[in-house]
Amino acid sequence: MKHQIRLNVNGDDYELLVDPWRTLNEVLREDLNLTGTKLGCGVGDCGACTVLVDGKSVSSCITLAVAVDGKKIETVEGLAASGEKLHPIQESFIEKGAIQCGFCTAGMEMSALYLLRKNPSPTEEEIREGLSGHLCRCTGYNQIVEAIADAADRMKTDRGKGVKP
Amino acid sequence: MRLPKFDYVAPKTLDEALKALTAGGEGCRLLAGGTDLMVKMGHGLTAASLLVAIKGIEGLHGIRFDPSKGLSIGAATLIAEVAEHPDVLKYYPAVAQAARKTANTQIRNMATLAGNLCNAAPSADNAPVLLARGAEVEVVSQKGTRQLSLDDFFNGPGQTELARDEILTQILVPPAAKASGASYQWISPRGKVDISAVCVGVNLRLDGDVLKDVRIALGAVAPTPMRATEAEALMEGAKWSEALAEQVSAKASEESRPITDVRASAEYRRRMVSVLTRRALEEAHARAVENWGV
Repeated sequence: MKHQIRLNVNGDDYELLVDPWRTLNEVLREDLNLTGTKLGCGVGDCGACTVLVDGKSVSSCITLAVAVDGKKIETVEGLAASGEKLHPIQESFIEKGAIQCGFCTAGMEMSALYLLRKNPSPTEEEIREGLSGHLCRCTGYNQIVEAIADAADRMKTDRGKGVKP
Repeated sequence: MRLPKFDYVAPKTLDEALKALTAGGEGCRLLAGGTDLMVKMGHGLTAASLLVAIKGIEGLHGIRFDPSKGLSIGAATLIAEVAEHPDVLKYYPAVAQAARKTANTQIRNMATLAGNLCNAAPSADNAPVLLARGAEVEVVSQKGTRQLSLDDFFNGPGQTELARDEILTQILVPPAAKASGASYQWISPRGKVDISAVCVGVNLRLDGDVLKDVRIALGAVAPTPMRATEAEALMEGAKWSEALAEQVSAKASEESRPITDVRASAEYRRRMVSVLTRRALEEAHARAVENWGV
């Protein structure tokens, strides 16, 4: 039996009819066409599918869509909400060369967002720990860590200009 | 990975969940964080025709601490909440340590402490320290409530004492005794996110200069998390010395029954039981000395 669920994704409300065995990742990508969130390992190891549910980072590939009924979902598409001005995290990723093939990027950026909201001034060790649930097979980890440190600075200085973390 | 088909209910109360679980019969499984169950179902290792989700049950959420009764952790409480809770950090640092070491950030934000125990992996990160701290679990069915020691909970890999119609509702950890200390130590191939190759939990108490209530629990070196009771007995009632810690650690290593798998060889595991037990005893002893005046 299909279940009727409500999701708020990046500020937009959706009412959906979903089969209980479909994951949040499938519903985001296939029903809502939000393909920025990737599917990597499918077992919660690689972090490519990371989204925020009520502000907490989770692996969307092993989260059932029915289990997040009524919740607020944030995906990488919500980072640059206007579609024009990039989020400071995205600016930093570009500037520091933290993107190679790009497959891990959406997940990395969502974990960066989660980390920086909890801890606006992380140490390098804390950034690395915050990224420990992510794999980058291009192995550009150093640039990603640098980008997040840079984003932390940027968000502190941008905050006065009304950029939300 | 596509999941096989199943039905899903998300009861709002424990009574409704128990009813659904009993009515659901053989093919019914409880769903908490799903971080183990979804993967097992995706790989076809576990079949279920109905999932009963318990995260929507308000009464199963939360961490409560009472200095005389101890700690209570509801079955729907996330591992991340255990790792960050101020009372757990202050009064149960080794419990917080194990929670913080479990998997990665995203998994800790989904998975529950109760789920980590009910999944009954021999390597369950939170089991050794809870065993060492003398934790109990409360189990409820439509027939009533029972409380059992975590020592009697694990039956084998993936096997627990829980009957098919029972729900583990809370984990209870007694308050720390005066001048006691606990520690959690682990080693894993990749350091951060992967499953422990060996993990050790220790708890002990100082009575004057004599060691009491020594509990040593080992993970990932037997079909279930286990107590090293002979090693404990060597230390019980003795005076602390580094030589004794060394001897007790060697005994714990002898008691372990590890296998060789992808994470480590049996030989390496046996050696690491001894190293980690010694480190855990040293940290627990140092904490006990520190707590002497508290």
